[in-house]
Amino acid sequence: MGKKTRMTGARALIECLYAEKVEVMFGYPGGVLLPIYDELYDADIDHILVRHEQAAAHAADGYARATGKVGVCLATSGPGATNLVTGIANAYMDSVPMVAITGQVPRPLIGNDAFQEANITGITLPITKHNYLVTDVNDLPWIIKEAFHIAFTGRQGPVLVDIPKDVTTDEFDFEYPDKVDLRGYKPVKTGHKMQIKRGAEAIIKARRPVIYIGGGIISSNASKELLELAEIINAPVTTTLMAKGAFPDSHPLCVGMPGMHGTKYANFAIQESDLLIAIGVRFDDRVTGKVDSFAPNARIIHIDIDPAEISKNVRVDIPIVGNARSILKMLVEFISELKKSKSTTTQWIKKVEKWKQQYPLKYLMGDTLKPQYIVEQIHELYPDSIIVTEVGQNQMWAAQYFKYSQPRTFISSGGLGTMGFGFPAAMGAKKGCPDKVVFDIAGDGSFQMNSQELATVVKNDIPVIVAILNNGFLGMVRQWQDLFFDKRYSFTSIDDSVDFVKLAEAYGALGLRVTKPDEVAPALKEAVDSGRPTVIDFVVEREENVSPMVPAGAAINEILDLEA
Amino acid sequence: MKHTLAILVENRSGVLTRVAGLFSRRGFNIESLAVGITDNPDISRMTIVVSGDDHVLEQVIKQLNKLIDVIRVSDLEPGETIERELALFKVKVDKGNRSEVMQIVDVFRAQIVDVGVKSLIVGVTGTNDKIDAIEKLLRGFGIVEVVRTGTVAMNRGAKTVKPGK
Repeated sequence: MGKKTRMTGARALIECLYAEKVEVMFGYPGGVLLPIYDELYDADIDHILVRHEQAAAHAADGYARATGKVGVCLATSGPGATNLVTGIANAYMDSVPMVAITGQVPRPLIGNDAFQEANITGITLPITKHNYLVTDVNDLPWIIKEAFHIAFTGRQGPVLVDIPKDVTTDEFDFEYPDKVDLRGYKPVKTGHKMQIKRGAEAIIKARRPVIYIGGGIISSNASKELLELAEIINAPVTTTLMAKGAFPDSHPLCVGMPGMHGTKYANFAIQESDLLIAIGVRFDDRVTGKVDSFAPNARIIHIDIDPAEISKNVRVDIPIVGNARSILKMLVEFISELKKSKSTTTQWIKKVEKWKQQYPLKYLMGDTLKPQYIVEQIHELYPDSIIVTEVGQNQMWAAQYFKYSQPRTFISSGGLGTMGFGFPAAMGAKKGCPDKVVFDIAGDGSFQMNSQELATVVKNDIPVIVAILNNGFLGMVRQWQDLFFDKRYSFTSIDDSVDFVKLAEAYGALGLRVTKPDEVAPALKEAVDSGRPTVIDFVVEREENVSPMVPAGAAINEILDLEA
Repeated sequence: MKHTLAILVENRSGVLTRVAGLFSRRGFNIESLAVGITDNPDISRMTIVVSGDDHVLEQVIKQLNKLIDVIRVSDLEPGETIERELALFKVKVDKGNRSEVMQIVDVFRAQIVDVGVKSLIVGVTGTNDKIDAIEKLLRGFGIVEVVRTGTVAMNRGAKTVKPGK
């Protein structure tokens, strides 16, 4: 039991954030937040003032993914809170630990349709792991404690805390609790020993195993354990979009991404495998394609922290619920004990290797600037960067052509597919990892959804580099129109001559334009060397398609080559 | 296939919305829902009758367990469970058929809880099936209004649904 000190709710909130070791937060003030912002004025927290609340949520998200800590954002009542909604939904879909704090109108006005009132706890009910409306200042400390605990443990996710203005001005005797006691929330940590043993036995018997990994490897920091498993059983590893970086792309066992825009060899391997070892994944439709035809010959081991993911989309033979890292440790131990002979998968690996040689990711290089080439150049010059992406073609090329080697270096909106995510998330990642070079690989469509944050990065000296793969199209939708709608490009051309160089300059950022392949490397170097927030407008081939591609509803081995 | 779930939840505002919202969002069908306080004033108990196959039921239970305010979910076994529902039926009557209605009420061990000149209110408790049966018979006389509580249920014998540690 600590010492009780008398203070206001607003002051107590700052004390709570100190107790949770919050160093950085992203926010935007407003009427009901005045008492909190007055406390923030000289608080020892690096508060970044964004230009739109949506960006605060995405920045907190990017910060969380890059650092592994809880991201924190703050917005005022009504429109401030509703502007956070997309960012919260995004964090929910990708299981990102975040605490979103919103101001609320004073308690006597709640329910009266007061000025700037919105029922944000109601609105965010289906997109938060949990949320709270603080109705008594005495509840504030335990609510904040619980919020951080819930956001960070189990399957991570966003938690929203809505604080009425008069709660922030009420005085009380503050004391921060040192533990939480939630009888309805007891996340499983270690896996069931017998199930892990069953998994180990199945793995030893398998002749054509494939390890299929997702974001759970990154959130449980299990990359090392995964590497051990892959090498000890000598099995190919396919890394979903959410798992990019969790297993090195350069590793001989890595077969890249599965699914819609995955590699042919990853998809073929899954379809022929006799045992799928799925870890921290949720069998998303973009991965499985036609679900009835997914991995038809495989038994499935599913390791996940969330019991509700087991057998949600596909039937699972051996479920193991718990933290991926601790389960992988035990799994490797069991396998080492049981395994007598050397590798039994040599033939299988040879086969997968042959597919790899036969069907590499490829694009045609011509006179025009190809987006894939730009991504390759970024990797060539700055392989240790953090790559954040927008959504659409840019995202797929960033996933396909940059070779990731470390977890938390690829940050992308996977589940929700939020255009406009990348730039503010890159800002958050750079705040969390100031020593890293941070790129936002963007499309001209996505970037325009949050380009106002140029003001934020310039003002706060957050030197991220936005690499716009500018094709003057909402490229992924155009690609579908190209393939499935007879090239009727209905409202996808955005060739509206926005001068991104001037836009950058207007905000005080560095703006560069690149139109030829040989200008790519010098521009990247100039951007990084400048140490300034930079926008590079790469004017690329307009109708380049992301290839290969599994059409929606097809089995994942029905994968088409689309390179022009 | 119908299942009866006993759900212990924190007795806080918004809990019902969380549970009901989960059912609609995930596309689960609620047949009936009843909620009330328990012997512990911090805990409410919901009885939800849900229809769906085993896969749906498994998802319902898992998703409910993910709600922070849900303390315990128990799928009550049909043969081992007492289920009761209360219903009130306002039935049109006249001199000619009033006694006939009262006979039906007797057979079902229901009660006449209000008598008017042109109508009666029949109160009945029992299983869902029993209430359906009496409703079917009363419909012949003309039912003006119906209200049903939804099923509440409890394990037979010593078995209980308790929060646990």
